Amino acid sequence: MNAIIISALMGVLMMFTSIITSNKQVIKNVALIALLFLLVGNIVDTYNIFSIKVDTKGMLSFGKFGLYFNTLIIAATTIFVLLSGNEIVKTGDYAADYFALIFFVLCGIAILSSFNNLLMMFLGVEIMSIPLYILTGSAKKNLKSNEASLKYFLMGAFSTGIMLMGIALMYGATGSFGIQAIKLVDNELSFTKVMQTPLLEVIGLLLVYAAMLFKVSAAPFHFWAPDVYDGAPSAFASFMATIVKAAGFIALINLFFLKAVELHYLWKMVTVLVIITTLIIGNITAVFQQSVKRMLAYSSIAHAGFMMFALYAQNDIAKEGILIYTVAYSLATIGLFAILAKMDDYSLEGYNGMAKTQPLLAFANAIFLLSLAGIPLTVGFFAKYYMLAAVLKFSGGFGLFLTITGVVFAAVSVYYYFRVLQAMYFKEGDAKVADVTVGFKLGLMLCIAAIIFFGIFPDVLLAWFYF
Amino acid sequence: MISVLLILIPLIAGILTFFIKSNSASKQWSVVSSLAVLVITLLGIFVYNKGNYLNYDVNWITTLGSRFTTSMDGMSKLLCLLTAISFPAIFIATYKNEYKNASQFYGLMLLCQAGLMGVFVAADALLFYFFWELALIPIYFLCSTWGGEKRIAATFKFFVYTFLGSLLMLIGIIYLYYKTPHHSFAMTDFYALQLSAKEQGFVFWLFFIAFAIKMPIFPFHTWQPDTYEQSTTAATIVLSAVMVKMGVFAIIRWIVPVLPLAVSHNASIVIILSVTGMLYASFIAIRQDDIKRLIAYSSIAHIGLMCAAIFAMNGIGLKGVMLQMFSHGINVMGLWIVAEAVELKTGTRKFSELGGLAQKMPILAMLFLVMILANVSLPLTSSFVGEFLMLGGLFRYSMYATAVAGICIILVVTYSLNMMRKMFFGNTVSITENVGEATNNVQWVLAVLAIIIIVFGVYPQPLIDLTRDTVLFITGK
Repeated sequence: MNAIIISALMGVLMMFTSIITSNKQVIKNVALIALLFLLVGNIVDTYNIFSIKVDTKGMLSFGKFGLYFNTLIIAATTIFVLLSGNEIVKTGDYAADYFALIFFVLCGIAILSSFNNLLMMFLGVEIMSIPLYILTGSAKKNLKSNEASLKYFLMGAFSTGIMLMGIALMYGATGSFGIQAIKLVDNELSFTKVMQTPLLEVIGLLLVYAAMLFKVSAAPFHFWAPDVYDGAPSAFASFMATIVKAAGFIALINLFFLKAVELHYLWKMVTVLVIITTLIIGNITAVFQQSVKRMLAYSSIAHAGFMMFALYAQNDIAKEGILIYTVAYSLATIGLFAILAKMDDYSLEGYNGMAKTQPLLAFANAIFLLSLAGIPLTVGFFAKYYMLAAVLKFSGGFGLFLTITGVVFAAVSVYYYFRVLQAMYFKEGDAKVADVTVGFKLGLMLCIAAIIFFGIFPDVLLAWFYF
Repeated sequence: MISVLLILIPLIAGILTFFIKSNSASKQWSVVSSLAVLVITLLGIFVYNKGNYLNYDVNWITTLGSRFTTSMDGMSKLLCLLTAISFPAIFIATYKNEYKNASQFYGLMLLCQAGLMGVFVAADALLFYFFWELALIPIYFLCSTWGGEKRIAATFKFFVYTFLGSLLMLIGIIYLYYKTPHHSFAMTDFYALQLSAKEQGFVFWLFFIAFAIKMPIFPFHTWQPDTYEQSTTAATIVLSAVMVKMGVFAIIRWIVPVLPLAVSHNASIVIILSVTGMLYASFIAIRQDDIKRLIAYSSIAHIGLMCAAIFAMNGIGLKGVMLQMFSHGINVMGLWIVAEAVELKTGTRKFSELGGLAQKMPILAMLFLVMILANVSLPLTSSFVGEFLMLGGLFRYSMYATAVAGICIILVVTYSLNMMRKMFFGNTVSITENVGEATNNVQWVLAVLAIIIIVFGVYPQPLIDLTRDTVLFITGK
């Protein structure tokens, strides 16, 4: 409960800082301190040292998995603010409000990682999404940002409607909002029994599933993602592409397999279809992008496909895997976007010759790209490893087929990640990068160190989870 | 402990090299550290060659049950020796070359050596996979940064190919991992697996494609001639002398003992592919006019025979493969060094434009002759012993395959001697008019390589003894 309450309070606090001071650096530092406070608050909750107890009538339940996930998310947000803080305050005139909105997003995520009830899930999704619509449009004088915001809001509102419809249908079928009441999630059911379950419930769950797939930008509900990521200010695009997407997955995992038994294979079929279309669309479209920002948008769709492996597998490895994937994907993407925001030119040519003009930034970019591609010695490798291992452990059904499809597209992803690498290292050019502070460089080195360290000892991440 | 040193010395030396500012200092530093690796390797083979000196075992990823386990059997020692010889040889032979950003070049070379050593000593499948990739990344950067016009596209093809292969192998490794009783990646646990023929069947292909791309075996070879041609010679030597041996090594280490049923079941397909590749590569080599491309295709032919001999599954063939892995490495290294020296002096790699070099550089011509004769496996060169044993092994499996392989050996003679004749004999042409002798470094390195070739050609027993334990173990399986 700590994370939910503290993040909401910190959000309010941030709103009031704008009354006291208008110095943007001060605001940024207050936000960082507040984030650290939130992080500590969540950690003491995880280890039962101090936790605020509120009787939620069983609508929320705080398991170790969810709390640990919160820790990772808050830590990732801290790194995000460290690296992109200056970009955030430069976006517009209301620096404090942007941070307040980020805290509200975190509040929504904390609910998503602990809901036990469909209504709570709905609340979490909305608390998370509404601040995002505002953040997307925060570059008020930029037409693309406005367009992205409107598009995101309209599509988001539509998916909210679909989700509510689904929840209503499920309530109609089961008479309860509790996720334990969902009978479909039962492996014991035979095919005929599935056919006998009320149609309302099947449709209801499908609608909720679709709405959540929209949030994680899985195909065929991905159409908003490239335009929104492209239009939104770079800093917020990276926030949406990483932290918010991971939150969507935690909600799906909560809904489908943390508290219930394994899904029936018919549901797995749906998941397989979604995975394969997501992988195809994300990867193949990314290959043709000329703008690195759009390429990263499509790559985020492709990674959603890989993260969905966890939903297919539904076992312990998948749970561990989604934690590692969150870390790997967030670190790398936040870093890439942070450097991208400093660039003059977002196209591939803009990166030409970066290794000469900015060796450290180029090296950081290289490590982030290698991690996204899943090369050993980076944590991205173990992210992919866990996803493949999770699916292979459940050796029946489509397991082998799915993993082979996955690795083929992983090889495709190398193509577009390495084009950036080639531009930076092997092509002549004069990449223009805005001046970077020492703090920014230190932040990048921290990211690099974390990626390589967890790439050699992924144990450490999981050891905290099991501690 | 020796096996860990073999990885650590080049790894640390390589990382340090990146921070050396001066070009000549980075050269000296890398020569010294690669010689140190050679000394350690020789110590491991001759002095501290007992298990507890060589092996190392420590916890690595506990939750996955993966351990940092390294061990060295005869085959590991042989290939570590090859790796340890080739790096100082490359560094010394190309000592006079000036590379842009030399510290990065030498740093990447040493990192690559660390990866190669790791592949040869790893006794844990996940660790093996790690090093397999670790060797790939530096060579990718090496080939893309320094080299010919079309290097970026050529190397990229190579990278995507091998990366896809590696990932398929990763699926295979994870699959086997779940089949082991206590979920471990240890080589010994993999060896103890008793899988059904059907399971072995598809795991075999997951592994084999990865290794076939690396070797390369027809039809996975298309990356190879372009990459060899476009890369700078130092990187090409690493690729063709040592890195392709990774594929051969990996088949003997990870496929044959783990999936014996699948090996015997698929032997005929693999042998047909290998022999087809040999014939195909030999015919293309005849039509080549570029020294580098010719050696590249000739290399495909030699590797094809090694692969076929492994799948013939008998002791003689396997002994031949062991010998040939070493001698082909030494031999092809010599060929590349000559190609590099000639290109540096004349500025061309097309041998139709060359001629009469023997008059101008007699010493190089003599040394090149030794390399060419080793390439055609003439008796008294170490390749002869290897090829003879391999053909003998293959004959026990199939007479027809051996006949086709034999034709390829004749073809090798055709194009190798033709290249020699066009480059070194006849009258001098305008390009070769004013050419002087190659540098002393090149001559010394080639002389050492020639001595190795001839000594082991006359008396190959030490190499056979060195790898006896591996051969006995594999044939015992």
